[in-house]
Amino acid sequence: MIASAHRELNRRGFLRVSFAAAGGLFVSLYLDPRAVGAQEAPMPQAPAKVYPPDAFVNIRPDGKIVIQVNRLEFGQGVQTALPMLLADEMDADWTNVMANLAPAADVYKDPLFGIQIVGGSGSIAHSFQQYRELGAKTRAMLVAAAANRWSTTTDKCRTEASVVYGPDGKSATYAELASEAARKPVPAKVSLKSPTEFRLVGKRVKRLDSGAKCNGSLKFGLDLDLPGMKVAVVAHPPVFGGRVKKVVDDEARRIEGVREVFEIPLAKGSGVAVVADKFWPAKQARSLLKIDWDVTGVEAADTAELWTRYRQLAHTPGNVAVSNGDPNAIDKIAAGNRIVAEYEFPFLAHTPMEPLNTTVRFDGDRAEVWAGSQFQTVDQMAVGEVLGLKPEQVTFHTEMAGGGFGRRAVPDSHIQREAATIAKRLRGTPVKLIWTREDDVQGGYYRPMHFHRVEVGVGPDGLPFAWRHVIVGQSILGGTPFESLLVKNGVDRTATEGTADTQYNIPNLHVTAHHPKVNVPVLWWRSVGHTHNAFVMETLIDELAMRSRMDPIAYRQKLLKPEAKKLLRTLDLLDKASAAWRNKLPQGHALGVSCHECFGTAVACAVDVSIENKRPKIHRATIAVDCGLAVNPLTIESQFQAGISFGLTQLMAKGAITLKNGVVEQRNFDGYVPPYIVDAPVAVDVHIVPSAEAPTGCGEPPVPVISPAVVNALARLTGKRYRTLPLVGV
Amino acid sequence: MATYQLNVNGERRELNVDPSTPLLWVLREDLKMTGTKFGCGISACGACTVHLAGVATRSCIVPISHVGDRSIVTIEGIGQDTVGRAVQHAWVETDVVQCGYCQSGQIMAAVALLKQTPKPTEKNIEESMGGNLCRCGTYPRIREAIRTAAAQITKGGA
Repeated sequence: MIASAHRELNRRGFLRVSFAAAGGLFVSLYLDPRAVGAQEAPMPQAPAKVYPPDAFVNIRPDGKIVIQVNRLEFGQGVQTALPMLLADEMDADWTNVMANLAPAADVYKDPLFGIQIVGGSGSIAHSFQQYRELGAKTRAMLVAAAANRWSTTTDKCRTEASVVYGPDGKSATYAELASEAARKPVPAKVSLKSPTEFRLVGKRVKRLDSGAKCNGSLKFGLDLDLPGMKVAVVAHPPVFGGRVKKVVDDEARRIEGVREVFEIPLAKGSGVAVVADKFWPAKQARSLLKIDWDVTGVEAADTAELWTRYRQLAHTPGNVAVSNGDPNAIDKIAAGNRIVAEYEFPFLAHTPMEPLNTTVRFDGDRAEVWAGSQFQTVDQMAVGEVLGLKPEQVTFHTEMAGGGFGRRAVPDSHIQREAATIAKRLRGTPVKLIWTREDDVQGGYYRPMHFHRVEVGVGPDGLPFAWRHVIVGQSILGGTPFESLLVKNGVDRTATEGTADTQYNIPNLHVTAHHPKVNVPVLWWRSVGHTHNAFVMETLIDELAMRSRMDPIAYRQKLLKPEAKKLLRTLDLLDKASAAWRNKLPQGHALGVSCHECFGTAVACAVDVSIENKRPKIHRATIAVDCGLAVNPLTIESQFQAGISFGLTQLMAKGAITLKNGVVEQRNFDGYVPPYIVDAPVAVDVHIVPSAEAPTGCGEPPVPVISPAVVNALARLTGKRYRTLPLVGV
Repeated sequence: MATYQLNVNGERRELNVDPSTPLLWVLREDLKMTGTKFGCGISACGACTVHLAGVATRSCIVPISHVGDRSIVTIEGIGQDTVGRAVQHAWVETDVVQCGYCQSGQIMAAVALLKQTPKPTEKNIEESMGGNLCRCGTYPRIREAIRTAAAQITKGGA
C-alpha cells in the first residue's frame, strides 16, 4: 500500500519518499552499506529487493522520528544508544524519537562483519560512525530544504530539537520540511559534531524501552500471537546426535489440542515434534511419548573422563598460539621460584531468561520468521535453506529478546532450522517452536569446558620471567564459517584470547592449545575465551603480587607494558575510586583486585568480600572502565553493575553443566543455578575514564573481571587458591 | 476440559480449559495477557510471579483448578494499585531493566514485599527477592528501586 513517489541516487546512498495509505508522508534515507565507511566507493546500485519503508530514519507527519536499529536489543541498551547517535547529529527532538528493531536486510548488516549480528561487543564500536553520518546527512537535507524555502543559504540556518531556524525569526519543523528535504540530494560528505557539540551523546539518557518492560506490554518473541498459530515442542535425543528408532505416540495424540506428532531431523540426529493448539497440551503430549533412541556410533561424552583426558593433554605442548622469547626458559628456573597451577572450567549454559523460541510460517513460495536473533541474516539463510527459498523470500522480523549472551547467535541456526522444518509440514500455519528450560539446559551449545596448566617462573624482581601455558578445550569456531578467519595454526583464537595476547610484560611467554573433538555442541558464552583466560591470568598475577608482598594494583601497574594505556588508566582510576574503602576493611573482609581488557575495553575491579555460609559475600565492587567515548554513561554503568553478576555464574556452587554417559545431568534452575540477588554484589560503583577516543563495546567486558577478583579476595581470607570451578565451597 | 470463572485484575473472565493447565499458561494463551513470563516452569526463577489473593505466587506451578475464587493480579493490573504504581515508577526512574524479561516478576515480588514491609531492610529485600532470577544481573538497581519506592510510599507520595 505504499507507493514510491520519488527516488534519487548519488554516490553514497539513495533516498525515497513514500506516501502511506493512511496519508502520512515518509522520508527515508538509505545508505548503501558498501559505501558506508568506504570513502571512494562506487555508486551503489538501486537494491533489487524492496526494503522496509523506513530503512534507517523516518520523519512522520506527527513529528515522531522513527529510527531503525540494525541490532538485536536483548538488554545491552543498543536500542537507545544507536538512536542517540543518529538523533544527536540530526538535532532531533529526543522526546519524539522512537526506536524499532530492524528486520533482516542487507542494509542492516554490520559494516565490518558483513552479516547482521550482535557479537564481539561491536554494536556501538562498528555503527558509531554509520549512525552519526545518517543523522548528519538527514539534518543536512532538512537544512537544505529550509534554506531553499526561505531563499537563504544553509550557513544562515541552525537546528535544534527537530526545528530549523533561519534568518528573521523564521522556523520550520522537521515534519513540515520532510517532503522538501526528500528532494534534496544526499550529501556525499558531512561534517560531524565535535564532542563539545553533543546534546545527547555522553549524557545519562534513560532507556527507551523501560516503560513497556515495566507494565507487561512489551512483546518478546515468546509472546507472539498470530491468528491460527500453533505451538511446537520437540523431544530431543538424550545423547547429542541420537536418533529416533521407534516412537509410540497414541497416548500423546489423545491429549486434547494436539494436532501433529512427527519425527524431524535435527542438527545432530533426529527428534520428535509435537504440535498443538497451545503450549500446555504440547508439553503434556511430549511427556507421554514413548521413544526408543538409537545411540549407536554416537560418542557418549562424560565429563569425569574428559577431565582425565584433558589433564593428560595439558602435560604435552599443543599448537602454538604465541611464543615470545625462550620457550624453555621456565626449565632454567629453580623449583622454588616456580608456580605450577592447574585450572578446571566446566561447561556453562547461557540460560537467557526468555527460553529459546522462533515462529515460522511457510507459504510455499515465501516464508515469514519472527525471532529474537543475534544473527538475523545467518538465520534467514538457514530458514530459506530448509524451505527451499532464497533469503529474499524469507521475511525475518527481529523480536525483542529476553537475554541471549551469545546463545542467540548460533552458526548452525539449529533453532530456526527446527522451527522451519516443523513449519514446512504445516504449510500456511504459523508455528511457534518453544524450547522449555529443560531443552535449553540440556540442549548443548555451552561454553566449552577448559583445562589450563601453567608453569610460571618468577624473576628476582618478583615479576614473571617465564610463562609456559597449555590450554585444552574444544574449538568453538572449528567447522563453522568463522574457522578460516579465527582459527590459525590449529589454534582457535577464542580459546586463547586474554592469555596469548596478554598485555603483561612477560619476556618468555609460551602459550599453546589443544582442541579435542567431543560430542557436545559448544558456543561463545558472553566474553567467550576471556571467561577462563582472565581468571587464570588474574589469579596467577595476584598470587605473584602476594608472593612479592606488593599491592595488587601497584603490582599490575608495574607489570603492564607501557602501551597498555587503557588498562593503566583504569588501574589509576580504580586506585583513586576505591581508596576510601580499600584499606579500611572490617575484620573478616578482604580486598580482591583484577583487571582485564577485551573487545577493546579495559576494566579494573576491586571487591570487598567476606565469607558467609561457606560462600563469598560481595559487599561492594568498584569498577573502572575505559571504553573510549562513553556514548551513554547510564547504560555503561548499568552494564557493568549487572554484567559482573553474569560473570559470577562460573563461581556458583551449581554453576556447571556435567555429563554422565552422554547425558546432561542438570535439567533446570534447580540443578544449574545462576546468581540470585544474594550472590550478587550488594553495591557496585562504576567509574568511567574520560575519553574522546573511538567508543568500544561494553556488552562483554563486564564479565571476565569479577570471578578472579572474588577468589583473589578469598585467597587473602583463607590462604587457599581456587582453581577448580565451579566454586563448590569455601 | 472444565469451565472456570476467574477474577483477573478486577475483571471477571470465563474460560474453558484443561484443569491441569498452570495459571501462567491460562493467562498467556487463553487470556492473551503475556506480561507474565515463562522462565523455568518449576517455580525456580520467579518470572511468572502474580498475586493470588494478594500473595506473590509462582503461576507456573498453580493448576487452574486450584485457583478458585481468589483474586489474580498480574503485571498488567498492578499499576491500578498505589504501591504497584510507585514501584513501576521507581523501576523506570532507576533505569532498572536491561533485557526486561524477568522484570514483571521482579516488580510483582517487590510490590508484595512493600505491601507487607513498607520500610524493608537489605535483609528483607534479599529474602523477598531471593527467588527471582535476573540473568542480566540487575540486582543492584533492583535494590535501589525498592528503596526509592519505599521512600515514596512512606512519604505518601505515590
